Amino acid sequence: MRLPERFDRLVEMVHKELIQVFRDPRLARIVLVAPVLQLLVFGYVVTTDVRRIPTFVVDQDRTRASRDLVQTLAASGYFRIVGRSDRPRDLVEALDHGRAVAGVDVPRGFARDAARQAATVQLVFDGTNSNTATVGSGYAERIVMAYALRQGSPGRSLPVDLRARAWFNPNLRSSDYNVPAVMGQLLLILSLLLTSLAVVREREAGTLEQLMVSPLTAGELIIGKTVPFALLGVFEMVLITSVALFWFRVPFQGSFLLLLPAGLLFILCMLGAGLLISTVSNTQQEAMLTSFLVIMPVMLLSGFMFPVSSMPVAFQWLTLLNPLRHFLEIVRAIFLKGAGLEALWPQYLALLVMGAGLLSFATTRFHKTVS
Amino acid sequence: MRALDPTRLLAMARKEVLQLRRDPRSLILAFLLPVALLVFFGYAISWDVSDIRLVVVDQDRGAKARELLDGFRASGRFAIVGRLERTADIGPLLDRGQARIVLVIPPRFDADLGAGRTAVVQAIVDGSDANTATIALGYAQAIVQQFSARALFQTRRVRLPVTAATRIWYNEELSSRNMIVPGLVAVIMMIIAGLLTSLTIAREWERGTMEQLASTPVSRLEVLLGKLLPYLAIGLVDVALCSLLGVVIFRVPFRGDVFFLMGASFAFLVGTLGLGLVISALARTQLLATQIGMIATFLPGFLLSGFMFPIDNMPLVLRAITYLVPARYFLVVTRGIFLKGVGPEVLWSEGLLMVLYAFAGLGLAAHSFRKELG
Repeated sequence: MRLPERFDRLVEMVHKELIQVFRDPRLARIVLVAPVLQLLVFGYVVTTDVRRIPTFVVDQDRTRASRDLVQTLAASGYFRIVGRSDRPRDLVEALDHGRAVAGVDVPRGFARDAARQAATVQLVFDGTNSNTATVGSGYAERIVMAYALRQGSPGRSLPVDLRARAWFNPNLRSSDYNVPAVMGQLLLILSLLLTSLAVVREREAGTLEQLMVSPLTAGELIIGKTVPFALLGVFEMVLITSVALFWFRVPFQGSFLLLLPAGLLFILCMLGAGLLISTVSNTQQEAMLTSFLVIMPVMLLSGFMFPVSSMPVAFQWLTLLNPLRHFLEIVRAIFLKGAGLEALWPQYLALLVMGAGLLSFATTRFHKTVS
Repeated sequence: MRALDPTRLLAMARKEVLQLRRDPRSLILAFLLPVALLVFFGYAISWDVSDIRLVVVDQDRGAKARELLDGFRASGRFAIVGRLERTADIGPLLDRGQARIVLVIPPRFDADLGAGRTAVVQAIVDGSDANTATIALGYAQAIVQQFSARALFQTRRVRLPVTAATRIWYNEELSSRNMIVPGLVAVIMMIIAGLLTSLTIAREWERGTMEQLASTPVSRLEVLLGKLLPYLAIGLVDVALCSLLGVVIFRVPFRGDVFFLMGASFAFLVGTLGLGLVISALARTQLLATQIGMIATFLPGFLLSGFMFPIDNMPLVLRAITYLVPARYFLVVTRGIFLKGVGPEVLWSEGLLMVLYAFAGLGLAAHSFRKELG
């Protein structure tokens, strides 16, 4: 068979798929709008900066000294006073209701004790969010200590001062780290879910048999089924990169030419996985639930929201099999560090191996299920 | 004709159960998926930052510097993985990711401490993961501060007039697992409930059986409720299973009332299943329904519910949106019941909002369903 003819058939097949995807304008809208929405949400929400902690104050002393202390805490910007009282019982209630996650309890006789250098102020933290409690109690203790030093021996300074400097992300902005990573999430959901559903839909509708009796070979069928979603994926990559750069002002140190092949390799992995899921599913509902079963662990074990280094060692090893982990490492290194191939080749290689493996395995299975 | 006849409703529910039973994989997934997710993520994800790789540039090498480093070692948070001679080597080290944080102790550290001057210690942290960096710096600050307080007393005989006594409530050992597991129960149930029902009406449309249903005496409300009931039962079993596993496997404290948890779950599930039905009725195709279902449940469930990221920190617009996410309320309830041991006397407002949500979800589902059918 002549090559141009085969090529024509492929183009036809891709064309048909694109028409089918976009025939429903609502789906097209979702493919366009969802990434931007998700980017905005991720960019603004995924942060563990601890500030403006809702704080309840119980001042049983009601002296200038006690008011000074509370004022110092509030002025730091880390604590936001949401309520005051002089009964400790109200503090318990505020924490139980979740109206406050921190409490300051200044006992009766605080000013008198402070003059005798023996005053204690109670700090209470709701440990439910362990991160806020850890960081917040550190802030509070430091502020109380600085206050005490000013009161006890004015003019003295703290013996040791820790000055922090952050590399790669000097302002420690969470969005610089998270926004580029959203790309991985979106490509994951888009290519995996849509591919698996698109194939199963044809099977459910009975049109897969029709396609099989057409002159298309199985290989062409697979390419035709996957290329449209790969194109969509590339489009989303450009879209996300633009929003990251122009809206969130994420620095882009590296080169887009390096990012693109990484994206394509990752999409390859996901198309393979999607195709594989389609071969083991008979209905779209099955396909979706199975995809979901794959998407959840891939997403949560990628280092996206939860750092890989905080996982148990066995899971850290497991993440090496996760294409998203490697893709995110590439994306973050290119965006924030401007890293090149010399540093990132292991990740590219991992994606290539996994992509080729998944796709060839899926193709073999696909052949079996249709014939 | 009555809009709600128990016999017809049960028949409709039976049909749905039969359909589910014919599709064993969906059934297995509906029961196993939540449990598997809970076990898996309960083990895997954590925010407890430990063994932070620390490299030291000690330009003083005095006894006090060693004491400070001992403080880092004893904290259990940091692992001192190496030492450097020159500050010029810090850059390449961080580039290669061999250290997360580098501590530079200046040459006159000991002398400054003795003379009552402030000694400046530098911490250079790999900021690319801003969250971990913030937590690591928080630990470092706490250690330096303890050292500082000791030094104040030892070298200068200064006693602080005020000291802070910190207590942690509800999650005394500050383990992130105690926060994650009850939260996961809420988030997983939101996703599962939304996804389970998002396909069920769209499937009838696609297969053309919706017209058949419409020509039977079954009313729309009966169709809706009939589709909802089996999934509601599944969801309640899921909540019970997940809670049990959280307590048995992860040793998360359960300090509240089981019956209140089940009651709250009932309201929550009706609302979320209703939401799934709305999506299903509007989408008409399963492909579109899954896409909307994912967007409407997955993202809000994880991000806008306060599961990991405090709602207080969000910009105003997003904070307003969180009020529409049912998991936001359910999360407060599960954490309140598990960790705080509080009941309806504290959680009544969340409970009430979930009941409202349930009615709204059902009403909206009935409305959108009527429009599509009409």
